[in-house]
Amino acid sequence: MPLGLLGKKLGHTRVYDADGVLVPVTVVLVGPNRVLQVKKTDTDGYNAVQLGFDDQKEQRLSKAVLGHIKKFNGAAVKRIKEFRDFSKDVKPGDVLSADVFEIGQFVDCIGVTKGRGFEGVVGRWSFRGGDMTHGAKGWHRRSGAIGCRLFPGHVNKGMKMPGHMGSVQRTSQNLEIIQVRKDDNILLIKGGFPGSEDDYVIVRESKKIGIGSARHKQIHDARKKAKEVAAGKKVEKKAAAAANKKKK
Amino acid sequence: MNKAALFDKIEGEQFRKGAENFNVGDSVKVHTKVVEGDKERIQIFSGVVMGIRGRGLNQTFTVRRISYGEGVERIFPTHSPRVEKIEVERAGSVRRAKLTYLRGRIGKGAMAVKEKDPVTTGAAK
Repeated sequence: MPLGLLGKKLGHTRVYDADGVLVPVTVVLVGPNRVLQVKKTDTDGYNAVQLGFDDQKEQRLSKAVLGHIKKFNGAAVKRIKEFRDFSKDVKPGDVLSADVFEIGQFVDCIGVTKGRGFEGVVGRWSFRGGDMTHGAKGWHRRSGAIGCRLFPGHVNKGMKMPGHMGSVQRTSQNLEIIQVRKDDNILLIKGGFPGSEDDYVIVRESKKIGIGSARHKQIHDARKKAKEVAAGKKVEKKAAAAANKKKK
Repeated sequence: MNKAALFDKIEGEQFRKGAENFNVGDSVKVHTKVVEGDKERIQIFSGVVMGIRGRGLNQTFTVRRISYGEGVERIFPTHSPRVEKIEVERAGSVRRAKLTYLRGRIGKGAMAVKEKDPVTTGAAK
């Protein structure tokens, strides 16, 4: 993880972008993120940065955790997470806020999906089930046969069956940052991603479309060009209109 | 800052100034930005406000007009930046929140809505 922050999902809303298109966004509180331990290859065997998020009363923490925090003169926090190969140069005691990210950057958002409990095959694996009508009786949401005959003589491993669904960590990749609001420590990220409101999430620089990557450049160059073309045409038009007036 | 206040702040920034200045029954001119090819121009849609629905950023309003003998309705998001401005030509006085009864009307009185009397409405307030 080159660059990331711990955050809390606050909810969803919509904002108008520069073109007047209404964009659905997720509002994420991403700060203050407090830097605790900074691990280095020569001392710890690898490079990493420990971030703490969501301030907490000291008495609510175990002495072990509090001791670790105190060692780096940090404030008591609810969540601690390590980010490997952090691309930003930080030292213990630093406070990171929303402005580590910039508008137009792509991020991956990691959260824990909503728990669905014990779910049948129709809900869990989108099986078709049976007919609701046409004389069907009591065979509506079943999976059907699960095995073969004497060969192989057992149900194949990995057969899709009912069971617990949700409450697992999942990543949504390549989401665009629409707004960075430093005053409120808030990111507006396009679209939705796993996790319910008030859940802790991780917002990290996109692995596939990182800043400076070929794809990022390609996307942003295309957008820039489109804007320039539009603006250029406006300028040309104005100039042409002015020239016409002069002629008259 | 609590959550509700924060969302009000994010959404409130996008509100159009004077969005409350028109009402159902008013005759309005809606100036919209239209993109044709690479160029942008302003198009005006004038008619009667048939209804307003939604709150805050999600508010939209319906404008009805008779165009070449055919009734045309357009729905505009109140706070969209693509709506350049909303001009009230004539304030109407109506007793319904939604003027769907205009749809059934034909001929000369199709768009007839009583004009608001500034004296009586002023006194009522």
